[in-house]
Amino acid sequence: MLYREAGQFKTTYDADQAIFPIAQDRWAVIAFAAIAFLVVPFFVNDYWTNAVLLPLLIYGLAALGLNILVGYCGQISLGTGGFMAVGAFASYKLMTSFPELNIAIVVLLSGGATALVGVMFGLPSLRIKGFYLAVATLAAQFFLVWLFNKFGWFYNYSATGQISVPERTIFGLVVTGPTAAPWVKYLFCLSFLALFGLIAKNVVRGRIGRNWMAIRDMDIAAELIGVRPLQTKLSAFAFSSFYVGMAGSLLFTVYLGAVEVTEVFGINVSFLVLFMVIIGGLGSILGSFLGATFLVLMPIFLKNFMVDGLGLLPVLAKHVEILLMGLLIMGFLIVEPHGLARMWQILKEKFRLWPFPY
Amino acid sequence: MNAFVEPATMPGSGVAKGEVLLSVANVSLAFGGVKAITNISFDIRKGEIRAIIGPNGAGKTSMLNVINGFYHPQEGTITWRGKARRKMKPYEAASHGIARTFQNVALFKGMTTLDNIMTGRGLSMKKNFLWQCLHWGPALKEEIDHRHRVEEIIDFLEIQAIRKTPVGRLPYGLQKRVELARALAMEPELLLLDEPMAGMNLEEKEDMSRFILDVNQQFGTTIALIEHDMGVVMDLSDRVVVLDYGRKIADGMPEDVQKNQDVIDAYLGVPHEE
Repeated sequence: MLYREAGQFKTTYDADQAIFPIAQDRWAVIAFAAIAFLVVPFFVNDYWTNAVLLPLLIYGLAALGLNILVGYCGQISLGTGGFMAVGAFASYKLMTSFPELNIAIVVLLSGGATALVGVMFGLPSLRIKGFYLAVATLAAQFFLVWLFNKFGWFYNYSATGQISVPERTIFGLVVTGPTAAPWVKYLFCLSFLALFGLIAKNVVRGRIGRNWMAIRDMDIAAELIGVRPLQTKLSAFAFSSFYVGMAGSLLFTVYLGAVEVTEVFGINVSFLVLFMVIIGGLGSILGSFLGATFLVLMPIFLKNFMVDGLGLLPVLAKHVEILLMGLLIMGFLIVEPHGLARMWQILKEKFRLWPFPY
Repeated sequence: MNAFVEPATMPGSGVAKGEVLLSVANVSLAFGGVKAITNISFDIRKGEIRAIIGPNGAGKTSMLNVINGFYHPQEGTITWRGKARRKMKPYEAASHGIARTFQNVALFKGMTTLDNIMTGRGLSMKKNFLWQCLHWGPALKEEIDHRHRVEEIIDFLEIQAIRKTPVGRLPYGLQKRVELARALAMEPELLLLDEPMAGMNLEEKEDMSRFILDVNQQFGTTIALIEHDMGVVMDLSDRVVVLDYGRKIADGMPEDVQKNQDVIDAYLGVPHEE
């Protein structure tokens, strides 16, 4: 009853094309953002930031990037882990070579470097499609991890092969390194996610986004109405890799602080992010966030429930958790193959008609 | 609403009405040993409705694919607006004012009707990537200007009600109409229609015929169409070219073609005697 658009008349195309054309949605999102920016920072502690919020925000950004490539442009990529590694190592090299550089700029430049690498590995997409492209991007995953492991220049010849982050500040507040306050880290990542979430939404509802979707849905027809396949696909690879690179950069600089490439950016990260996109909903910005939320929070919830609630041994709980996650993913995909975003949409449509659905 | 309006400016000025807009000279196309098109020549004049007919496998669709650059013929030249060319990329043909629809509906299934038609305006949208990121100011204004043009086409084809519906959910007849709308959004000078009425019922055919005539008269768009419904072809078209086994067997006014013995033998046949 509360969620109705009756009485909200749109008199301009501008209003009709708004991101949230229904007023209730608009207010809900503004309220949500206000709480996230203004209330949560006062309550976060070390546990919440490190266990829940930072992974959520960073994987949300990575899933958003991958969703642009897979969900909007229809090009499957299994190289996400490798591209995140590019972001992380680009940040490391930038931070150690140019100590004066602002951390926000480092993150952006790392995204840019990843975009270049992404375009390079996107070149085969003009000729190969679907699963074959997935295999080609898989090569990127293994090649990049090998590259960063093999050549000492990337980790400044440190004895362990690890890269660890120097301390950096923004507006006088420490963001990276062990002394950074949880709320600063949280706000830093949240700002990136909010800003680039908005930009992604803007791009996908404009000309470029429509060209991506045209290539996804019917590439021949798209070509015949004037979409250039190579440019369009490569722009999707670049844009997507930019996001994934920023996520990798944030993961290294803000969240983990020290990284060993084979452990952190392996193939399982590629699959994790791909699962987020599929479960959340292909071709949906909201879906990327929902998928990341589901795959980050559910294991924590299950672990807490089993260890603290049922008193299981942590090791046993871990195994059961993996099992349950698999079952849950299968269950979700059987109930709604189009992901959580579609579920949410259907729920909203039902709610609009409630309590008189006929 | 569909009152006859003499188009003030023909799209893609430069060729006057009645002059040759596109001519195909001695074009041959082969896939390995299979000869799809053999030495075909014909022309399309500005402002006319040109029909291409023939039995299945005669090379009609291949001919359209050659015209809009999807296939590259081994021999022959295509002259578009007075300029001869041999090869052209599909998006170049699109940007030079050639649009088409497909025999089997080739819409972007995951997108709404509105987005599908907006995609057709992509070539005339110029704002660069950074403006697109902002979606504000000039980029927003451009988006809304083009939305106005798209809404005109939506009104013209009477598909207002399905504006926000994903096209995958639409019935076949409407999908064909959305596809026409998407082609019209490009404001083409030459519109290629590949069996626009295939699989439609009588009422849908009547609607589509009316739309084709209106497009031709109101927008001044030159139309080349492939169609198997002879009643439609004879009523709509100004001139007809007939293909059979990749060769041209007749070319001329509909009534002349109808009487041509080669065409009757190859394609039209004769009514059964009672």
